[in-house]
Amino acid sequence: MPEPKSVAVLGAGMHPWGKWGRNFVEYGLAAALDALHEADLAWTDVQYVAGADTIRNGYPGFIAGATFAQALGWTGARVSSAYAACASGAQAINNARAQILAGLCDVALVVGADTTPKGFFTPVGGDRRDDPDWLRFHLMGATNPTYFALYARRRMELFGATEADFAAVKVKNARHGLENVNARYRKEVTAEEVLESPMVADPLRLLEICATSDGGAALVLTSMEFARRHAGTEGLVTIDSVSTVTPRFPQTIIEMPNFSTDSAATSASIGPTFKQSVALAAYEEAGVGPEDVNVAEVYDLSSALELDWYEDIGLCKEGEAERLLRDGETTLGGRVPVNPSGGLSCFGEAIPAQAIAQVCELAWQLRGRATGRQVEGARVGISANQGLFGHGSSVIVTR
Amino acid sequence: MPPVKTRLPAIEGWFTLDEDAPALLGSRCTSCGNFAFPKETFFCRNPECQGKEFAETELSRTGTIWSYTDARYQPPKPYEAADPYTPFAIAAVELSAERMVVMGQVVPGVGVDELTVGSEVELVLDTLYEDDEHEYLVWKWRPRSGATGGGRSDA
Repeated sequence: MPEPKSVAVLGAGMHPWGKWGRNFVEYGLAAALDALHEADLAWTDVQYVAGADTIRNGYPGFIAGATFAQALGWTGARVSSAYAACASGAQAINNARAQILAGLCDVALVVGADTTPKGFFTPVGGDRRDDPDWLRFHLMGATNPTYFALYARRRMELFGATEADFAAVKVKNARHGLENVNARYRKEVTAEEVLESPMVADPLRLLEICATSDGGAALVLTSMEFARRHAGTEGLVTIDSVSTVTPRFPQTIIEMPNFSTDSAATSASIGPTFKQSVALAAYEEAGVGPEDVNVAEVYDLSSALELDWYEDIGLCKEGEAERLLRDGETTLGGRVPVNPSGGLSCFGEAIPAQAIAQVCELAWQLRGRATGRQVEGARVGISANQGLFGHGSSVIVTR
Repeated sequence: MPPVKTRLPAIEGWFTLDEDAPALLGSRCTSCGNFAFPKETFFCRNPECQGKEFAETELSRTGTIWSYTDARYQPPKPYEAADPYTPFAIAAVELSAERMVVMGQVVPGVGVDELTVGSEVELVLDTLYEDDEHEYLVWKWRPRSGATGGGRSDA
């Protein structure tokens, strides 16, 4: 196995998630300044800015790397912007990483932030009859929770998952996020409260579906050589892989915003599923395996989806996620805590910031700075996420 | 007596307008035989294939439920909801010949309690929304008579 191609995480920062209703630039700026402070670097030291985009808040040019560069004060730093739905943040991380690994820069700032409207995410406006995202709302009334619920029902049928299992994920994550100052929801909930909350998309209830939030996250990434000079080698946290793989044909699991899967009539679907392949590529690139993982941040768009991820990132075999949960293995204090931050359950989703926030949490966990939610002695962390249009990501962080 | 409304497809070319036995209109690659829905028009989705020509094909009218859910809250625009809003079920249905899963609303009046993974459904046309002069039609899935509730697969 070749040595992983690593970059150092010198600083992480967030603006707390919430429904603040202010301009997203402010959240990104606050997160960037926090990350720079943690890295003990100035904005003028940054050579490259990687922004994460969203379309929901306007259009990509409005929410871009340059937006944050201008807000921090033009310095001539080089810039890029990435749009990949929920994985936008990971692609921004990967842009910065590639620049650093190519030797084109030493210090990069990654920023993502969003201000979200209330309620269901909706497609871009207009009469967009060639846009599957527009059409799925128009022709089927299929919202994002529709798709989450299809997966949840499938788990119940195939593996005997129960509504109580899904509620237990929410109860766990609510408890994990209690002390997290950046989380939006910091309140313990009981299984009864979850199961009494209104049904949104059977079998998923209101408290089991992630909200849409305002928030911002940022990372300062540097070359290993710069990091050793600037911060020393003691306790250095590094990103060892960023997976941004796309699905393989035929993709036989229905995905947002599609009406259908690929057909497997002419070529059988063999090998890992898309979500499995996202994590597998991250493991392979980093030279570690699921058995090495101490902490995971996974995309719990719904409580049930968190269980799918346990299997997709290899923490257990298919069909065993409920046992892992029931045995407390994924709870703080267990073998491999999942979503110690509280996850999307406590944050809600600020799309372009979210994949960056996952890596912020892993960096703080590995540094022993995750106050009130620390996974003791964590050395290897993995993030995983998936979004619209065949985008997904997984990042492996080690110390 | 109100005038009879004209029935129009909510989207052109996605399904036949045969009221008794409607079918979704997919495509089949003339090189490798790959099915697609909605229709492929430029380039085959099979990465091993260079096909650029496609035959329109009627997809199987029946299939088995892969998974299902419902929409308890009114979906936002561009969904055209009736007032008052009535929740509906949605199914993802596996077509065995095409080996693909196709989503669609379930006909009104059939809730999730009447659906099971593996049970058989058939395609019908039904009103998606209407205005003063038109009814806009879309495909929906309807449990096959006698199959409701009794079609649980051995999965």
